Amino acid sequence: MSDPLYLSAVILAMTGATFLTRLLPFLLFRNRAEHPLLNYLGRYLPAAIMTILVLYSLQGVDLFVPPFGARELVGALVTLALHRWRANPLLSIFGGTACYMAMIQTGTLA
Amino acid sequence: MPLLTPAVRASLPVAFGYVPLGIAFGILFQDLGYPWYFASLMGLLVYAGAAQFMAVGLLAAQAGILEIAVSTLILNSRHLFFGLSVLSRYRTRGLKKAYLIFGLTDETYSLITSTSAPEPDRQIDYYLAITALNQSYWVLGCTLGALAGAAMTIDTRGMDFALTALFLVLVLEQWNRLQEIFPFVAAALCGVLALSLFKDQMLLTAISLSIILFLGRYHLRADHHE
Repeated sequence: MSDPLYLSAVILAMTGATFLTRLLPFLLFRNRAEHPLLNYLGRYLPAAIMTILVLYSLQGVDLFVPPFGARELVGALVTLALHRWRANPLLSIFGGTACYMAMIQTGTLA
Repeated sequence: MPLLTPAVRASLPVAFGYVPLGIAFGILFQDLGYPWYFASLMGLLVYAGAAQFMAVGLLAAQAGILEIAVSTLILNSRHLFFGLSVLSRYRTRGLKKAYLIFGLTDETYSLITSTSAPEPDRQIDYYLAITALNQSYWVLGCTLGALAGAAMTIDTRGMDFALTALFLVLVLEQWNRLQEIFPFVAAALCGVLALSLFKDQMLLTAISLSIILFLGRYHLRADHHE
């Protein structure tokens, strides 16, 4: 059932496939890093991808079932408020996460 | 090493996301019946969270190598866009550059585009430190989960919210940098649309849609400047 040779081949194939997806843009645009369009994307894409990653990381939240995403909303608001207040990423992230973990583990807003 | 401290500070939130997620992977992986060190090896070589979780199911079903390779390619195709926007940041060559590209995960990309080295001339070393630290958190998590997952009694429920919080903070920092509403609103709309239409390929769909919007906006602006 668990054949180490099979697993090794799978790991190698996955390593190659993953690296390829990360390497390809560097190969394709090797000498075009200064192209205005790429500069434009380099300027705006991070903001867009970060926004999308927030939504992605919350995709498991069901807004139609109690508590209707209330814990995630509270955790997010705590994170953002802390960041507005102190602008210290570690404080904001740990504060928001600690608050969220406390709600999940004690069943608050269930 | 004065570089390590800011890199650890910047990457610590990723540790709080990667370690528990890696543990979750390790626990699932251990059920397949392979020795624990294969979980570490996957973290070390494959180093792609979503793909590794997907692989557990495919390995259990004894899926073909080609099928697994193609699924990995499709799942990770969003990385194409990450490289696109860090081309000019990775100004180095050889092994250093290869490792930076190899380790370009969602979270590493996020930190690299939002934080910078204390000394501008050591930017590449700072990127390398961030990349290596993030990977070490992930390998640590995978290993812990496979070795001791079943015996662990720490309640990590909710800890992965650290990644949501990290992305939120980075959105705020990007906002402070750009002071323009367009990229955020466009991305949020694309994200919601992708979630409701193609939930399985949410990231790829949302990022592609927003790139289309950006291309349109770029060309409109270029026309105005003529």
